[in-house]
Amino acid sequence: MTDTGSNSKSNFIVRVEHLTKRVSTTDAELIIVNRAHFNVESGDTIAVVGASGSGKSTLLGLMAGLDTPTEGKVFINDEDLFALNEDGRAKLRGRLVGFVFQSFQLLPSLTALENVMLPLELAGVADAASRARSILDRVGLSARVKHYPKQLSGGEQQRVAIARAFVTEPKLLFADEPTGNLDAKTGRAMIDLLFELNRERGTTLILVTHDAGLAARCGRRLTIDAGIVSTEDHQTAMAM
Amino acid sequence: MNKITLALRMFRRNAKSIEARVLLVALLIAVMSVTTVSFFADRVESALNRQASELIAADAVVLTDKPIASKFREEAIRQNLKTAEATTFPSMVSGDQENGQGVNLAELKAITDGFPLRGKIRIADYPGATARDAVGVPAPGSVWVPEILLARIHAKVGDELRVGALKLKVAAIIIKEPDSVLDYFGIAPRVMLNMQDLAGTRLMQVGSRATYRFLLSGEPKAVEEFRQTFAGKLQRGERIEGVRDARSEVRVALERAQRFLGLAALLSVVLASVAVALAARRFSQRQMDSAAMMRCLGATQADIFSLNFIQFLVLGVAACIIGTTAGFAAQGVLAAMLSGFLTVELPAPTFVPAIQGTAIGLVLLLGFTLPPLLSLRKVSTLRVLRRDIDPFDAAATFAYVLGFATLAALIIWRAGDIKLGAIAVGGFVSALAVAALAGWLLINFAAKLRGAASGSWRYGIANMKRHAGGSLVQIMALGLGLMAMLLLTLVRTDLIAGWQNSIKPDMPNRFVINIQSDQLAEVKNYFAARKMNTPDLYPMVRGRLVEINEKPLVPTSYNDERAKRTSEREFNLSWAAKMQADNKIVAGKFWSSDTTEKQFSVEEGIAKSLGIKLDDSLTYDIAGSRFTAKVTSLRKVEWDSFKANFFVIASPGVLDNYPASYITSFHLPAGDETVVNGLVKQFPNVSVIDLTAIMNQVRTITNQVADAVSFVFMFALAAGLVVLYAAIAATQDERVFDAAIMRTLGASRKQMMVVQLAEFLAIGLLSGLIASGGSMALATVLSDKVLGVPYALNMMIPLIGVAGGGIGIALAGLLGTRKAVSTPPLVTIRGVA
Repeated sequence: MTDTGSNSKSNFIVRVEHLTKRVSTTDAELIIVNRAHFNVESGDTIAVVGASGSGKSTLLGLMAGLDTPTEGKVFINDEDLFALNEDGRAKLRGRLVGFVFQSFQLLPSLTALENVMLPLELAGVADAASRARSILDRVGLSARVKHYPKQLSGGEQQRVAIARAFVTEPKLLFADEPTGNLDAKTGRAMIDLLFELNRERGTTLILVTHDAGLAARCGRRLTIDAGIVSTEDHQTAMAM
Repeated sequence: MNKITLALRMFRRNAKSIEARVLLVALLIAVMSVTTVSFFADRVESALNRQASELIAADAVVLTDKPIASKFREEAIRQNLKTAEATTFPSMVSGDQENGQGVNLAELKAITDGFPLRGKIRIADYPGATARDAVGVPAPGSVWVPEILLARIHAKVGDELRVGALKLKVAAIIIKEPDSVLDYFGIAPRVMLNMQDLAGTRLMQVGSRATYRFLLSGEPKAVEEFRQTFAGKLQRGERIEGVRDARSEVRVALERAQRFLGLAALLSVVLASVAVALAARRFSQRQMDSAAMMRCLGATQADIFSLNFIQFLVLGVAACIIGTTAGFAAQGVLAAMLSGFLTVELPAPTFVPAIQGTAIGLVLLLGFTLPPLLSLRKVSTLRVLRRDIDPFDAAATFAYVLGFATLAALIIWRAGDIKLGAIAVGGFVSALAVAALAGWLLINFAAKLRGAASGSWRYGIANMKRHAGGSLVQIMALGLGLMAMLLLTLVRTDLIAGWQNSIKPDMPNRFVINIQSDQLAEVKNYFAARKMNTPDLYPMVRGRLVEINEKPLVPTSYNDERAKRTSEREFNLSWAAKMQADNKIVAGKFWSSDTTEKQFSVEEGIAKSLGIKLDDSLTYDIAGSRFTAKVTSLRKVEWDSFKANFFVIASPGVLDNYPASYITSFHLPAGDETVVNGLVKQFPNVSVIDLTAIMNQVRTITNQVADAVSFVFMFALAAGLVVLYAAIAATQDERVFDAAIMRTLGASRKQMMVVQLAEFLAIGLLSGLIASGGSMALATVLSDKVLGVPYALNMMIPLIGVAGGGIGIALAGLLGTRKAVSTPPLVTIRGVA
């Protein structure tokens, strides 16, 4: 990860330029993300760390185009995310991005298999069912494909969420506290799974986490404090 | 106290939610619809009770179909009672025809001094003048008439009116008379004359259908003794009515109308209960997280229950107060709509309907909000960690059963009799069951078809199948709402049009009655001279059926009102050599024209209600002499043809020795009144009944009643709309959330719209199908059983029902979830989650 000042074509999968998110409350205006400016190289693993309420999840949401900034730009694969409308951003996500939520966010009315099939079906992929089965098999849930989220444990639900995020083979995967709702052992297993998939498929991983162990496994670290983002690579962080 | 403050604080926030508003509006509609009808019914009831003695113009009255027997007069004198008499019968009256004044059928009422013994006749000196209480009765040589009669015959106060053989001067306008509740003036306006003039009119002839009233007033004890004297000793055709039973047909008719309006109002209550149940469930679901959190913080089950219950209670009480007040205002509209029909002045209502309305509002509230509240109480603290843990509570299921049972009890109570109530409950339950079954079958059928659909469509249809339970409730609720709308619009128009179309343009529109046998040839010549078809003249003999198979007829043994009435009264018999062309034999054989055997042919309807079968022997009493003959055929009669027809026809010769008058009907082209004027002038004793006027009057009354019923059904319509809204809102959170997740996974606007559209369209089409089927079935039953007109199936109904349902629901659904399409997904997820 390097600072950037140019808009030229690059090897960067994500470029964040002067990104700001402000929210008005009844008393004052809160700056949640303040002029964040950095790049992410393809294949990187990035941990976004910071205290609670520092703006980590908001930054992640903005980078994935799930939320809109007050100012600034985000480029994914050199496409200006906020020059696109909501529909264009959705399309881009469908093509390039996977997302894992802290609280899984599976659709309760769909089975595990259907949840994983959904992004493929939306993209009009023909063999959605077999690809979904294969990735569910990869995350160790081949016996649970017909179960509804309600019938699955927290760890199993998160595995379905990870399978759903990876099934479209995205270049970029965002994960918001992927182990936040899981016990330590299950959490570790999840992270192993994420990193395995990252290695197997060359996916760029951007994770929001409180977990120092997880942050340590990432190649780069992005710290956010009161909306101000600072970047450091792993080696520097280790030395600190 | 703290708990109440906390509950009220929570309520202030929750009151702004959609479900709280749905709950409030649904309860409001239910309370308003019930109180509107109840307030109105209460006013009519008070009017009938308060003015009971006025309604019979006396404390008691003897009614007979023969001149008053001396036994009654003697007993009245013995009991020291005040008396008066009134004789009413229909007859033609006419103005000065040389000067262009017309003729009209009137209901004559000859009264003696002292009439009315209770209440007042209100009269005015000329149209538009201030009304005043009449002093005495019309002086001999004069009449009082309502304004409408003068308008019809183009006469004014001071003109002379020909009544039979007399010319009587119009002395005043009748504004109101005590013993009439329903306004039949439009059919046969009242003409009040002095009893001393009655003989001079020479109108009381053979076949005249007069009702004789002997009015009594005095000490209650004396009146009671008078009644006791004749208890069990009254002859056929005689009855005594007191204040208590001052009711008869008017009261029965009004009670029936109120009951019907009451049941119509209950339809809104049933629909509202669906909306209340849906909204209360959503309300509770939204409270689950806070409830779980409060449980973690140490709140007991009772705390959770009472905190939420107080909120519902505040909402319910507000709905009851507003609903009752609005119901009070709306009953004024109902009363105004029926004002042309009711002549009694309606007093202010009592508080009872307000209590009833409040009771219904609270019963609905408790019946349908308790189940989700009980579930809420049982919410698991684990939900703080796992949101998908829903509580299951057997007590909640029981509470729903209790809710439905209460609703059923409510319906039976409002229906006023167990049988009618049970039919209504059965009707509602079977309609729901049929709708549920049909919905379930349709959902499964649609799910089977989804393989043929493309991506997003398939997903949408599959979604409906996946939410099968919720979809079913939505389809049923939407179906009921749509059905109410279809019934109120298309079906209502169809039914009224069908009924009006059943009256053909060239049908006879005038009946001529009271033609004497020595006038037959002249009447025929009268028509021939005017180049009109010579009408068929049918003899009529008034007689009373006294025995069937030599067993005396006991009126009280019949359950059927019509049978009871028929067996008590005299009715017209006729004879014929050949059967009328528009009759059809359904059993037996009509006699040959040269038969000498005594035979009867009976109309099948009356045969059924009186229990007469082929080969039974019937004994008639005509003016004191009896004869018996055998029933050799049963006939079907087209009453709608408006030709003279008879329930019982005798073979030639049977009635030869009895005094007869003749009847005929003919078609008078519009505006050709000279035929009628001339006929009445030449034959003053005959009466011409203008069917067009009667039909118009019936149509006006039908329209008024239909308007009143529609007004009450408007509540059902409003409730239906609330149900639609509640049903869509019930799953809105889920849909918005689904949409946001799909958006995150890359769904385009079009894809999301198609998914939503497919599901809503499918739900809309299916509910449209159920609504069309239901409303057409109901229309067929109503048409057949109530209006007696075959219902022509209108293919526009399924078309509009299905298309309207599909498009309407799809649009409403899309509007409800449009937010999810245009809002950044994270905002939606944070908002819902």
